[in-house]
Parts: sequence; C-alpha cells; structure tokens
Amino acid sequence: MRRTRAQTLQVNVGRLCNLSCRHCHLEAGPARPEIMTWETMAQIIDCASRFSFSTIDITGGAPEMNPHLLELMEGVSKHAPRLILRSNLVAMQGEQQEALLELCRRLRVVIVASLPAINESQAESQRGAGSFQASIAILRRLNDLGYAHDGTGLELNLVSNPTGAFMPGGQQALEARFRQVLRQKWEILFNHLFSFANVPIGRFKRWLDSSGNYDGYMASLAGNFNPCALNGVMCRSLVSVGWDGFLYDCDFNLALDLPMGGTRRHLTELTQLPEAGAVIAVSDHCYACTAGAGFT
Amino acid sequence: METYYQPDDLQKFGEIAEGAPDLAKKFFDYYNAVFAEGELTEREKSLIALAVAHAVQCPYCIDAYTKSCLEKGSNKAEMTEAIHVATAIRGGASLVHGVQMRNVAGKLSL
Repeated sequence: MRRTRAQTLQVNVGRLCNLSCRHCHLEAGPARPEIMTWETMAQIIDCASRFSFSTIDITGGAPEMNPHLLELMEGVSKHAPRLILRSNLVAMQGEQQEALLELCRRLRVVIVASLPAINESQAESQRGAGSFQASIAILRRLNDLGYAHDGTGLELNLVSNPTGAFMPGGQQALEARFRQVLRQKWEILFNHLFSFANVPIGRFKRWLDSSGNYDGYMASLAGNFNPCALNGVMCRSLVSVGWDGFLYDCDFNLALDLPMGGTRRHLTELTQLPEAGAVIAVSDHCYACTAGAGFT
Repeated sequence: METYYQPDDLQKFGEIAEGAPDLAKKFFDYYNAVFAEGELTEREKSLIALAVAHAVQCPYCIDAYTKSCLEKGSNKAEMTEAIHVATAIRGGASLVHGVQMRNVAGKLSL
C-alpha cells in the first residue's frame, strides 16, 4: 500500500473518554491518562500553518474532554478550509459544552457523530446505558443550532458501526433507513451516514476472542474484500498525530503503535509531508477498511 | 457430539452444484435476484426470509438470515416480531381449518 498526496491531518487529542464503548479500537475510557498537552497542540497548529491540509480532523477518545480543545480548534481553523470534530454525542451534554457548540457553529465545524443503531437497546449494547437518549437529545440540539438544515452550511454526519461481529450493511440503504426513522420518530436531520466495519483490535478484538467470533469475523472481513475500496482508504491521504505528537498512517495504526511508514517519528521532525508513493504500514486489521464500502 | 446439523456446513451450500450444475445455476441466479433490492428493500426481504425460515424450521436459513438482518440494520426487536408473524400464520393456518371441522361436525350432528 502506498500513499497519494497527504490532504488530511487527523489529530487524536487523547484516549480519555466519558464512555467505554465495547468496540473501541483505542480502549478509550474515563481512566485513561493519555491527554494531549497544549504544548503538543501548539506544535500541531504550527504544522498546520506550514503545510496545506484540505482537512483537519479532530478525534479521540472524546475530544470534548481535552481541556484545550477550543483553543486547538481556533488555532487550526485558520489553516484548513475544512475542520472536522468527531464526537460520541454524549460528551457534548451539559452547560459546560455550550461554548464548544457555539464555536462549532461559528467556525462551521463539520461534526461527525457516532450512532451505531436507531434502536435503543442495540445502540446501548455497544455504548452503554443512557447513551441513546443522550445522543438523541444532542442531535436535536445540533439541529436547533442549524446543523443539517438547508442553507446553513453546517454539516452533521453520522457514523454507524455494527453492534457485533457482523459486516456493515449497504451504506446507501442504511442511510435511507436512519434518515426515515430519525425524522419520523425524533424529527432529527443529518447530512450523510457512513457505515464502517469494526476493526478487530483493542476492546473489540478482546470481545471477538472471548465470544468465539474472531475466526468467523476475520473470514467475513477477508471475504468482503473490495478492491475498489483500496483507492479511498484514509491512510493513503491522511497523517495521524497521537496525543504525544508521534505520527501514524491512521488512527487504527495509532491504536497498535504501528508508526507512520514503519519508522517512529515525532511531529516536530516533519520537514515535509510524506510523499506520494511512500509506503504505508499495514497489518491484518486493515481488512476492516477494505471490506464493503471501505473506510474514509 | 454427533448431530445431523453442523454450522460449518452452511458454507458448503454451493457444492450442491456439483451434482447438477445447470440446475444449480438457474436456482442461484433466481435466488440472488429474489433478494436484490426491488419494491421491497434488502432489509425487508431479509426479515421476510427470517420469518419463513422459522416457519419451515430450516436451521441453515435461520443462521444465514439472522446475520443478514443484523447486517442490513435490523435488530432483535424487529426480528422477534417477524418470528411472531410466522408463528401467527402457522398457528392461524391450523386454527382456520377449524372451520372445516365445524362444517363437518355441523353436517353430522343433530
């Protein structure tokens, strides 16, 4: 696997999270100590100012739990036309997050929110008790702010991961189903839905092993290999930065501490972006991104 | 433990073609066409298939269509209702023949 031109900088601001989702490749949770410092964030803002990224994508853990998230967002927003914030939605609750929501609206941040299912018990089997109603409430709040409404330019996308050891369904059909049910039941709007396979690492792998599903799941991933998905996999055009500033080809390689191109390098050592044609570090877990519709 | 049904055998379904390849091709072409998106969505067809699988009690189909329903965005609540539909029809099919019983009993009885 080789790179094309690097266009996206993905920033993982830490593994601290308010949830402990059962499919989490990073095993994020409330006790994780890995939190990106302001010093590293300043290095990221400097990097973003020196290179032309079309997109900066902030992820975690729960990015909302990093105390310097707002300053990071303000800092990088000047240097890329598209700023994405990934959210589990539950972390956006509470008065203390109103400033974040207002900043998202002002900077026209694209919000990419996890919603594994439109059925409460199915969703909570993955994300924990109480998460579904909280997610619905925050989605309605985001709609109230203008997200997903025509003409506002505020984009709200959903990501659905299967709630178990099965493949994601056809993205188009799933998007139509989510759109119909979310509108009819809760008057919720969104722009696009992405349907991604669960990656067999971290907490999900441990569950696959303990439930006896690992071999069958890997066979499903390999059996659903889609050569057309290879062109669009995120590692080809993405540079991932971990909470401590070290570089990876993608968030899944970050979870496995598989460094970018196989060589451990810090952000501050980056004098130029990885060139088109540079090698990408791959392993068995990569079959998750090449199954079905792929992973972007 | 010896048993007639082995879950791994589901993967061998295609081998049935070895006995009569032309017929198998006709069957599997038709089968795939049936389950393609049409007026009904793939999810709706999978739920129907799941219900029918319970009506005919085919363990291979129950295995395959449980997975298919989940992949197509269904959930245990929907799938359980679908099984109840099969149950209601199967039970109803017995019960409605009670009309025949009542007809015969009515003719024979004073």
